Amino acid sequence: MFQSKNIEILVGIFVAAGLAALFVLAMKVSNLNVFNDEGGYPVIARFDNIGGLKERAPVTMSGVRIGRVEKIGFDNDVFEAVVTLTINDNYMLPKDSNASIFTSGLLGEQYVALEAGGDLDNMQPNDQFVLTQSALVLEKMIGQFLFKAAEGETGE
Amino acid sequence: MLWLRRLGRSGLNFFERLGRGHLFFFSILSGLPSLVPRGHLLMQQLFSVGVLSFLIILVAGLFVGMVLGLQGYNTLVDFGAEESLGVMVALSLVRELGPVVTALLFAGRAGSALTAEIGLMKATEQLSGMEMMAVDPVKRVIVPRFVAGMFSMPLLAAIFSAVGVMGGFVVGVGLLGVDDGAFWSQIQDRVDFYDDIVNGVIKSMVFGVVVTWIALFEGYDAVPTSEGVSRATTRTVVHASLAVLGLDFVLTALMFD
Repeated sequence: MFQSKNIEILVGIFVAAGLAALFVLAMKVSNLNVFNDEGGYPVIARFDNIGGLKERAPVTMSGVRIGRVEKIGFDNDVFEAVVTLTINDNYMLPKDSNASIFTSGLLGEQYVALEAGGDLDNMQPNDQFVLTQSALVLEKMIGQFLFKAAEGETGE
Repeated sequence: MLWLRRLGRSGLNFFERLGRGHLFFFSILSGLPSLVPRGHLLMQQLFSVGVLSFLIILVAGLFVGMVLGLQGYNTLVDFGAEESLGVMVALSLVRELGPVVTALLFAGRAGSALTAEIGLMKATEQLSGMEMMAVDPVKRVIVPRFVAGMFSMPLLAAIFSAVGVMGGFVVGVGLLGVDDGAFWSQIQDRVDFYDDIVNGVIKSMVFGVVVTWIALFEGYDAVPTSEGVSRATTRTVVHASLAVLGLDFVLTALMFD
């Protein structure tokens, strides 16, 4: 039988290794960001169609992540999607910036891309984007393409 | 007529055992507070249940991760998606293989030992001896082992998953030439802390409770002969493994919908 001191040391090593493994999983493997859960301010973008955009999707400008999608709602008066974006406090957006929904890669996830405008004033919390571009829906595009093709044939 | 009677008897036996098992579980639960002033007992059991299972989990986790990396690479490379190797390895380990394989190994390594130990205690009348001295064997013998199993399992499963991801990394990045940065960034992008890791921990805790409960009950309920103890040990491994696999389906259906 081991001495009880040795047992305690070994149990200590075991528990420490287990907790360390959990910590590694949390920090290195998952997307948990406890330490830099960056604060941000909300801005609102209205879209006709958001396609497959999901909450927590990235918001980028020039390809750099500057925030994420906080909430997706629906305005029943004008029948538009209302997307709340949280923009990191470090970044300022000109008032006339525009927002578009793009897809990363051919089948990748959808994200919101912002493009800076030229206004000298910056957007304030809860401001709305003036100009937005909806997600492209593949079926719609194919439909339009076919329609155009058919129109071209009958026109000749 | 005879076989009908036999069938009835085995049915009755089954439900009797099931009932005894649950009563046993409740007596463990009601004995939990008695562990507080007896921390050293828990320490000893953490040693024999957790520390002694440490090495097998370490080795198994490493090799399972390495095999996942190898197999996953061969499949993914056909689609030019070998950068997703990390996600595949990490998600399958954290969600499924970590808790399940750890629980199966735990049932074989620690569960069988628990059953044999308690069954022999019963066969050599140590448990009755304790009762004679007005020491409750459930509180003195069973509860520390139960708590040790409940806490060891999540720790072991976490070690298994972490080591497995390292194994996948060694094979994928070191041997097969997957890009280092893409491996980790894809993992961090796709593995969610609450959805994947916390659920994996909950899963492994449930498995720990079930495996330890079955092992302790089989030992406590064993026929106190050498044959009875050996049967109880076999039953522990079989029942605990089946329970883990069945419960895994239920928990997966509940958690990852």
